[in-house]
Parts: sequence; C-alpha cells; structure tokens
Amino acid sequence: MAKARASVLLFATLLGFWLLLNGSLATDVLVIGVIAALVITLLFRDSLAVVSEFRATPHALITAPSYVFYFLKELVRSNLRLASIVLSPALPLRPGIVKVRTRLKSRMGRLLLANSITLTPGTLTVELDGEWLYVHWVTVESEDVDAATADIVNGFERYLEVMYG
Amino acid sequence: MVEILVYLAATLVGLALLLALYRFVKGPSAADRVVAFDVLTIVGITGIVLVALAEGRGIYLDVALVYALLSFLGVIVIARYLERGL
Amino acid sequence: MIDTPLNLLGALLLVAGAAFLLLGGLGLVRMPDLFNRIQAGTKATTLGTLLSLAGVACLQPDWGLKLLLIGLFILFTNPISSQVLARAAHRSGVEKSSLTSIDRLAEDQGAQP
Repeated sequence: MAKARASVLLFATLLGFWLLLNGSLATDVLVIGVIAALVITLLFRDSLAVVSEFRATPHALITAPSYVFYFLKELVRSNLRLASIVLSPALPLRPGIVKVRTRLKSRMGRLLLANSITLTPGTLTVELDGEWLYVHWVTVESEDVDAATADIVNGFERYLEVMYG
Repeated sequence: MVEILVYLAATLVGLALLLALYRFVKGPSAADRVVAFDVLTIVGITGIVLVALAEGRGIYLDVALVYALLSFLGVIVIARYLERGL
Repeated sequence: MIDTPLNLLGALLLVAGAAFLLLGGLGLVRMPDLFNRIQAGTKATTLGTLLSLAGVACLQPDWGLKLLLIGLFILFTNPISSQVLARAAHRSGVEKSSLTSIDRLAEDQGAQP
C-alpha cells in the first residue's frame, strides 16, 4: 500500500517536471511524458523513493506552503545580512564549524534541512553524519550543541517534521 | 525606462562575472577555483536568460537549463575528485 | 519595451537580482577563506538568480513555466553542490582562515580517525 502510494507520487512528480519542461499539454507531449514517467517509475521505484517520502497528509499539505514562505523569508534575511558583512570595510567575521542535531528521520527531510540551512543566515552544512550535522557559521553565536541546534535547526525542523518526519 | 534598467542589470551581471573570474584566476587552492567556477556558471545562467530576453528567443532558456544541469554535475564530479586526495 | 507597471516591476526585480549576483561576486573576492567564500557564493547567487528569473518572467510572461523550472532547479542544486564542495574541501584539508574560532568536525574526526 505504502509502496503503491510512493509510486504514484513519484510518477506525478516526474510527469509534472516533464510538463513544465515542455510547457504544453498537446496530446503527443502528454503521451510521451506518461510513457517515460511510467517506465522510470517502474524501473527506479526503489532508488528514487527519496522523492516520494513526502507524507501528503492534509496537515502536511497545509504546512508545505508555510514552509516555503518561511524559507523565502529566511533566504532574503540571509542575503541582507551577508550583504552587510561583505560591504562593511572591516569584514566582521567570526567563522567556525559547529555541531547540531536533528530529529528528522527520513532522507529527504534531512536533505531539505541541510539545503535550508545552507541557504539561510550565515550557515553552510559541511558534513552529514546520521542525526548530526556539521555546520559552518560565518558568525558563531553559540558553540554549544543544544544552543546551536536551537538557533540553526529548530526553525525549519518544525515544518519539515510535519512534512517528512 | 525599462530598457535602461535591463541594461543596468546586464552591466551588474557582467561585473559579477569579472569578480568571479578574478577569484577563478587567483585561486589559491583548486577548491577556490571550483567555487569560482560554480558562481561563474550560475551568474552565466542569468546572463543567458538576459540574452534570451534581448533577442526575444525563448529557445535560449533551454540552453540555460542544460547549462545549469551540466554545471551542477561538473561541480559534483570535481568535488568527488578532490575528496580522493588533493 | 513599453513601460507598463508589470514591465517596470520586472525590470526592478531584474536589477535587484543582478545586484545580489554582484554582491556574491564581491563576497567571493573579499572573504578570507574557502568556506566563507562558498557561503557568499551560494546564498547571494541563489537569491540573485531567483529574483532575475522572476523579473524576466514579468517581462516575458510566456516564459514563466520554463523560468520557474530553471529557478526550482537552481534552488535545489545550488545548495547541494555547495555542500558537496564544502565537504570535499574539509576532507582534503583546505586551509581555514585564522579567524576561525572552533571546528567541531575536525575535533570529532580527531577522536575517531
């Protein structure tokens, strides 16, 4: 059952990308897309399972847009902060690599978390090791694992936990 | 007005390319050059999209898309290579 | 091109995006070590590209879908390539800036090599 649902999600994702790529709904485009997506789904269902770890519960569907919105807000904030650092003559840096922990279990959830961290204020994921993430921070504010986790991870984890678990 | 702003944007993109090119030439490490290469290609994508806009040719967007794909794969491959020893 | 409000918005977004791209380039030149350069390079170019693409989408609404696809692709792959690069650099022991305060990753790897 779970496998069937995962296959449907993967198929829908692939077909969606194909249609975006072509930008048309003509019959031939549609037929080729359906065939290609079907073949890929059947052949690579297991190795591409990452794509379909999205939970697709009503709660998750509501959370996804607010996650995207929060993410875009953080992206803009991160750029403004970086701009102020790069443009200031003194270059006020205090870089370091801190260690944080995530509660997320799924691979896609962790990937999205790592990506979100990389695109938000002054942080860059350097290494993933199970539940541990090593994060490069332009201006280290807390060296302690729990404090750094609260600063860097929790904002995104709230949303991703609902969406991916 | 719109045209002037588009030219301004193109100028800024060109300057960004020059800065990234400086880092690409200067290095000092191979990894620095790869970062510069990554930035060069991503700024280049905006450049291609601007050319598409100037020429009014949507087909160039496919070029930008393939370019993005290739640069991503390129950076991943070089990074794997660097990991094995530098 | 005609100065409709939508076109004007598009052009302004385009300039804002290009400005962030320039900022990314500047960060790439000014930052003291590789990891900080990756940070400047990734963040500024991602937002810069997204804004520029949004601007072009306002100027040429017909291209919206394809521009959206390029934007989504950049949004997903840009942080991944940065992370892979940062990891490769750390593993191969690239020099860190003297400003660097701590490095938990090096500490942990020292404990269990």
